[in-house]
Amino acid sequence: MYTTELDKNAARQTPPLSMENPDLLAAFEARVANDEFIEPKDWMPEAYRRTLTRQISQHAHSEIVGMLPEGNWLTRAPSLKRKAILLAKVQDEGGHGLYLYCAAETLGTSREEMIDALHSGRAKYSTIFNYPTLNWADIGAIGWLVDGAAIMNQVPLQRTSYGPYARAMIRICKEESFHQRQGYDLLLQMMKGTDAQKAMVQDAMNRWWWPSLMMFGPPDDNSPNSAQSIRWRIKRETNDELRQKFVDATVPQAELLGITVPDPDLKWNEARGHYDFGEINWDEFYAAVRGEGPVAKERMKARRAAWDEGAWVREAADAYEAKQAARRTSAAA
Amino acid sequence: MSKDWPLWEVFVRTRGGLDHRHAGSVHAPDAELALRHARDTYTRRMEGVSLWVVKSSDIIASDPAQAGELFAPAETKIYRHPTFYDLPDAVKHM
Repeated sequence: MYTTELDKNAARQTPPLSMENPDLLAAFEARVANDEFIEPKDWMPEAYRRTLTRQISQHAHSEIVGMLPEGNWLTRAPSLKRKAILLAKVQDEGGHGLYLYCAAETLGTSREEMIDALHSGRAKYSTIFNYPTLNWADIGAIGWLVDGAAIMNQVPLQRTSYGPYARAMIRICKEESFHQRQGYDLLLQMMKGTDAQKAMVQDAMNRWWWPSLMMFGPPDDNSPNSAQSIRWRIKRETNDELRQKFVDATVPQAELLGITVPDPDLKWNEARGHYDFGEINWDEFYAAVRGEGPVAKERMKARRAAWDEGAWVREAADAYEAKQAARRTSAAA
Repeated sequence: MSKDWPLWEVFVRTRGGLDHRHAGSVHAPDAELALRHARDTYTRRMEGVSLWVVKSSDIIASDPAQAGELFAPAETKIYRHPTFYDLPDAVKHM
């Protein structure tokens, strides 16, 4: 998921805390422990800066790549109403990417470098977008499950310690609620339809359930950077805590829809007050992180094509500004 | 690789009578496009009735490391607050 460390080399690239000025580090740790916000011009340890740059840019990339599986359905939406809704949602995802790139840029990495890292394949993005959207119910399932999981993860990030990231998350969370509700509404509508339509909803559930649970990242005992991120208030809850919350919230919604959760081990545990659920296939997750998801190559190809095909627009805007600037200069002379 | 367009800070007035508030930033080659990008990025849900864009490089900011010294003069002047003055109860509303 967006806030999960997907880059296995991250730890090696980061300078150790022992190299930092101990007085500045102690003051920083105290501020963060006191729930104060860190702002762009404040002193921060290099490891904090790099972790956040990676996390926020991965999150931004995920929003941008996330437009692709849905954009795929824009021309095939079954009604004008659904098309307008989907168009608004895809536009929001683009907006979310922009808020987040801006937040990441305040840490000193340029937009250009981040985009280049994405297009060259160096940067990671959420594994969820490397799965294909095969039928119209997938668009509902993405809103309900994928955006639902994203909300679960993003709500605590509104209080993350880095000010620009927290402010971007507040804006994003407001808009995500629309995404989840339109998805669930779409599925409710399909469940009132023909048997074939109901079967499409169940099919979408069967394919999106497990990848959605994987969005929360590896289990806590295999998530080495989590402890540091929680201490620095970059993350506020662990992967497993958030995953459990998501399962608890979503299972009753599946029941209300009238579909089954594709997990034979799923059952309510009275003693824990939570649902127990089956083992996640982590090999599949790591394969998706390595870019071996079913449509990973297609996604990057589409992303690069969008960038290249938009080049003439950027060049025209540059040429226009150059001409205007020349006119201003000659008018002033 | 292309070069990034300049960064602009975006301020939105949410309704008449309120101040413009910082909403975020956009990249744009010129002021006119900065306004258009700001509209698409920050006011997709009628969040504003007016926009300002300012080149980020034109903003002069105070140094957070100097915040203590910068704001210290106000710290000891508690008599600037109305609550400093303890008036008799007979003075009902003041």
